Amino acid sequence: MTNVLVCIKRVPDSSEAVTLTPDGRAVDGRYSGYTMSPHEECAIEIAASVAGATGGTVTVLTLGTDEAEEQLRYALSVGAKDAILIEGDPDDFGPRDVADAIAEAIRTREADGTPVDLVLVGNDAADTGDFQVGIRLAHLLGRPVCAGIKQVEVDGDVAVMTGDGPEGTEVYEVALPAVATILEGGVEPRYPSITGRMKARKAPVARVTPSGSPRGTGRVVLTVPAPPPSEVTVLGTGAAAAPAVVAMLKELGVTR
Amino acid sequence: MATTPSSAQVVVIGAGITGNSLSYHLAELGWTDIVQLDKGPLPNPGGSTGHASNFIFPVDHSREIADITRDSVRQYKEMGVFTESGGIEVARTEARMEELRRRMSSARAWGIDSRMVTPEEVHELVPYLDPSVIIGGFYTPSVGVVDSVRAGTIMRERAIDKGALTVVPNAEVTGLTVENGAITGVQTTQGDITAETVVIACGVWSPKVARMAGARIPLTPAVHQMISVGPIPILAERPGEISYPIIRDMDTFCYERQTGSDMEVGSYGHRAILHEPEEIPSLDQAKLSPTEMPFTSDDFDPQLEQALELMPQILGDESAEIRYAINGLLSLTVDGVAALGETPEVKGLWSAAAVWIKEGPGTGRAVAELMTRGWSEIDISNSDIARFYEHQLTREQVRLRTDESFIKTYGIVHPSEQFLSGRDLRLPPMYAAEKELGAVFFEAAGWERPQWYASNEGLLGEYGDAVMPRENEWDSRWWSPIINAEHLAMRERAALVDLTAFCIFDITGPRAMEAVQGIIVAQADVPIGKVIYTPVLDTNAGFRSDLTVMRLAHDHYRVVTGGAHGMADKKWFADHLPPDGSAQLTDLTSAWTTVGLWGPRAVDIIGSLTDDDISKESLKFSNCREIELGNLPVLASRISYVGEFGWEFYTPVGYGAALWNRLHEAGRPHGLVPAGIGVYATTGRLEKGYRAYGPELDAERSLFEVGMERKKLKAADFVGKAAYEKQAAGPVETVLCMLTVDDHTSASGIKRYMLGGEPILAADGSALTDGHGRHPYVTTAGSAPSLGKHLLMAFLPPDQAVVGNRLSVSYMEELYPVTVATTDATSPFDPDNNRLRGRV
Amino acid sequence: MTLVLVEIEAGQVNLVSEEAVTFARSLGPELGEPLHALVLGPVDDAVQADCARLGVDVVYRATNPELERYAAAAWASALDQATTVSGATVIVASGSPRGTEVLAHLAARRDVPMAANVVSVTSAKPLHVSRQVVGGAALEEMDLSGPLGLFSVAGHAVEAVAADSPGDAVVTDIEADLTPDDLRAQLTRISVRESVDTGTLTKARVVVAGGRGAGSSEGFGDVEALAARLGGAVGASRVVTSLGWRPHHEQVGQTGSRITPDLYIACGISGAIQHWAGCASSKTILAINTDADAPMMTKADYAVVGDMHEVLPAILEELDKA
Repeated sequence: MTNVLVCIKRVPDSSEAVTLTPDGRAVDGRYSGYTMSPHEECAIEIAASVAGATGGTVTVLTLGTDEAEEQLRYALSVGAKDAILIEGDPDDFGPRDVADAIAEAIRTREADGTPVDLVLVGNDAADTGDFQVGIRLAHLLGRPVCAGIKQVEVDGDVAVMTGDGPEGTEVYEVALPAVATILEGGVEPRYPSITGRMKARKAPVARVTPSGSPRGTGRVVLTVPAPPPSEVTVLGTGAAAAPAVVAMLKELGVTR
Repeated sequence: MATTPSSAQVVVIGAGITGNSLSYHLAELGWTDIVQLDKGPLPNPGGSTGHASNFIFPVDHSREIADITRDSVRQYKEMGVFTESGGIEVARTEARMEELRRRMSSARAWGIDSRMVTPEEVHELVPYLDPSVIIGGFYTPSVGVVDSVRAGTIMRERAIDKGALTVVPNAEVTGLTVENGAITGVQTTQGDITAETVVIACGVWSPKVARMAGARIPLTPAVHQMISVGPIPILAERPGEISYPIIRDMDTFCYERQTGSDMEVGSYGHRAILHEPEEIPSLDQAKLSPTEMPFTSDDFDPQLEQALELMPQILGDESAEIRYAINGLLSLTVDGVAALGETPEVKGLWSAAAVWIKEGPGTGRAVAELMTRGWSEIDISNSDIARFYEHQLTREQVRLRTDESFIKTYGIVHPSEQFLSGRDLRLPPMYAAEKELGAVFFEAAGWERPQWYASNEGLLGEYGDAVMPRENEWDSRWWSPIINAEHLAMRERAALVDLTAFCIFDITGPRAMEAVQGIIVAQADVPIGKVIYTPVLDTNAGFRSDLTVMRLAHDHYRVVTGGAHGMADKKWFADHLPPDGSAQLTDLTSAWTTVGLWGPRAVDIIGSLTDDDISKESLKFSNCREIELGNLPVLASRISYVGEFGWEFYTPVGYGAALWNRLHEAGRPHGLVPAGIGVYATTGRLEKGYRAYGPELDAERSLFEVGMERKKLKAADFVGKAAYEKQAAGPVETVLCMLTVDDHTSASGIKRYMLGGEPILAADGSALTDGHGRHPYVTTAGSAPSLGKHLLMAFLPPDQAVVGNRLSVSYMEELYPVTVATTDATSPFDPDNNRLRGRV
Repeated sequence: MTLVLVEIEAGQVNLVSEEAVTFARSLGPELGEPLHALVLGPVDDAVQADCARLGVDVVYRATNPELERYAAAAWASALDQATTVSGATVIVASGSPRGTEVLAHLAARRDVPMAANVVSVTSAKPLHVSRQVVGGAALEEMDLSGPLGLFSVAGHAVEAVAADSPGDAVVTDIEADLTPDDLRAQLTRISVRESVDTGTLTKARVVVAGGRGAGSSEGFGDVEALAARLGGAVGASRVVTSLGWRPHHEQVGQTGSRITPDLYIACGISGAIQHWAGCASSKTILAINTDADAPMMTKADYAVVGDMHEVLPAILEELDKA
């Protein structure tokens, strides 16, 4: 019975042009909407299948404002059974602070009698791209961690984690409890069903407040680099462009 | 990378269903140099067309919408992009069943094949629907879905193939140039274009673009939520996009529409979520498209539950996933109707905005016709952008009204239903006195206008059953028997009517007479002091309006017209004035107020207030004169819309309250009652057989059909004269008649009273068809208390237009016997007009 | 002074590590010198020569045999000791999965901040860096001041070049004392991949990629044919792998592979920023798209306006003619 905790983050959804808040300190998602990263969607899918296979449960956790409940409810609609909202403004929390807060929440939960056997986080947050919360969390909890994992199976007390390495598919067998940072691509995340969505409406969301005050992100300002002016050479339209394309290929020396 | 032409005969802004249809129809009508722009890429530039649900239910209570929809479907079919699926509006409540029966009325009136179905029949058509949730349905087999993006491509290609159209995608309009009140050009991110005609057809962005020219299109982008759930095996089993009827779950404001193996659930049940045109993201800022806004699931969740109740088997399937969910933007206007036509602010700048998929091709054709020849086959004057008053053009009023009306998209809307928001804007000068009298205010052109007065409740006892009380709640909603009591008191004594909502404008200048002469049908070259009642026609001799014109001086005419259509009339007159400025229009609507005093005692009442001689011999019918009511200057006009002796008194707004109070005070000993518009616009006018612009008179009707042909046609030319003369030579295809309801008793024993819009059928319930292929329907219905009858007006086929002919009217799916009472403009009440002449 | 974590691939310092060293060297006398490097893997003459060429003064060789099987925590322990030994105040790794992972472990061990995907140092003292966030769509200026500045260098932030004057590359052994905890997440085994994999994609001179415009998995026939004809690899956009038309390892972009071919041919790919992040470092880009104004088309070097299903067969035919 493996209880899995999945940590997610409410982030602006992707769009061609990034919109910043007027103070330039955050990305504004009012046009694109908010979501969680594909890594985290995959993490939930992995968690659901691990918990399903072992008879455990999936809990979803985020650190955020009330609005982040939207992402928690989404997770609840695709396999999580309960949720924890660590109340805080994510813009104030650097990776160390987030790891601290999650570790605290896990310790509290375990002290209350619910073990957390496997913690899954996204490989990196889609907005801040820090690549470190999962690893810091593992250190704080004194647990092993694997990064860039695409698939997880649990066999007894051992988690078999799979990811891509420089020489091929890497397999890590790690004793539970453990942490993994999940990279998208190994599983197909499901969309919510209507019944899932309705269950999610009623599922409990526990609210906790971190005890410490955050040390911060170090962010000074965000900028969106101006796109370089287009210097494209149009080789033509439709099939008629083929000779010009081939001439270009020859010039580059890539034809054989 | 397309090259932008530097000039064009016409520029169409927007490549959604409306702009595409416009370009096509303009080309068909002979325009040869059309440039169409869109800021997005083709074929889906990212507007509302791109995410539309694309289904079409042909039945609507509005004839204009139903006709435009019918024309659109015809065009979609011709292009091969229409798939018939059938559609069912289902009811969960008895109130909704009544509404569906009203829908049947409209279906019959417009000649659309529909029928009421039982839950079991619905289940048979839609096996995955739980019949226990519903109590009935309204089934229209001709409901279908279209590929509106493909249709747009086809229409553009046809115009391109004709050599008439250049399309420039990815060109955003950055400015519009206006010189001397007329459009002269369009600036875009891909170059500037000079053009003397420009059409704004860019949906939710239209207000923003219009503002660049100082014009206003009062619509707001609003959210319609939609999700797509799948895959669903039972849907996937059948090939094609759609093989089951579309369900509109009216009581939950939801629809369920199959798209391949998915079920699309859309909602009009959530709170109104309004946006600003300036705040719509760019293509780059948006995740999907600018008009597919981030989904707000909290707003949709209650709808999910209701959808699940209706289709538990397929939507409750855990493997059916919500694969797509958007807050789709669409356009809503201040009054729920499209904004079509030339903008009043800028010559040559046209609007074709707030158009739904079901109306797109038809609207494109109609607007193109208007642009080309000044009239359209389908009258779209209800959508005339010139109709709006200043307050309706404010952002706040648009927000207030759309916020209130969003939920009515699938709502049950009573034909007399009033808005609650955005009220108390235009208060008549006698407002305080009216309030004191317990006036029940309806809104007219933003004015608060008494419909009836609670203070007259005492009359109910006086007149007993003669007030024709209505037992059924729907029949009596937004109505009171007090209206009929006020009516009877007017006929017996006298009534005072607040007519402040009239739209009033003066035409002045050395060539005022010639200008008015060229616009109206009646003779304008009349003696000073004459009041002219006249139709105003378009070039096809269809009705633009009917109104009165007073000649106040050799170079001064005053036009008085109804509030509802006043602004459009004003634009029509302004558009037809000589370009050299030798006749000018001045709007006096907010400067003057009008009070009507009519009834057998009117002469006694006025006698106590003035020394001026306004006896019937001195101030004859259809004449006006300035008089002194004590120290109040008043323009008295001896006309009547209620068939009684009396006057309309015009006075500057500042004197309005005093005028009202003095008349009211002076009338007290004579039994004068204040009477609301219920009397003025319905009971009084119906008894006199007076036609009203809108219900009876519209651009598709001729003077001959409504019994208003001229005994003598004036020699001077006027707009529509040639077409009128052509009509005179042809046969009359339909005849406006008055009918009486012979028996009101329904199957349940309760007496029912028609409210308008109901189909007139043969006595056996079979359909009738006039020479235009139209089916008769009730244009106006109302009490005739002095006759003790409920009267209906309807256009009948000429062979049925025979006095005494017995027919039937269908109301809530029951037949009631009716008899033709008149077949011309003869008054059912006081046919010799003795009262009007003061002979009673 | 700066300590760089250097990764080895096929017995050589790999490209991203060369970039990281080049980047560290560019920090100059104030931060970057002297330049030390911990080699993540065996150190032989070739590696030492690479390091020397790149201007490394001291090369740390971790001798603990337990490090042979990769364990990020163990390598972080080695890096920690190298940090102490070297006295470095700035620790730099490449933005590769390994580099980032080991650096994050060090950050956790030391409880100090770390910046990922840095593209430039905007201030040496206090240390401020500019780094890619939001998948490369935005840059964050981050305050990284403190006793120890840890950051990874974004792929292709600089072009790897040899030092003007080679470093001494003095090899210094560090023992790397490991605790059992450091080895709890140690690589158990590697299953060797099929022939087509991300390695092929990242190393190919030509990549032909398809996007939503392909229409279906079957729609990749021409893409495959052209890739084969040019001896290149097949790539795909995120939407294509999400839809299951192509395997995930072919994905080019922020969450897929970042590639640096001589020629990238993007067919029916609109070019969202997340995709651009993966292909921007291609030497030459040819875009084929029906939408002339798609971002891919305006950012590319060459463009053909048209349906890939018409253009690709024509190119193949033309190539056969030639």
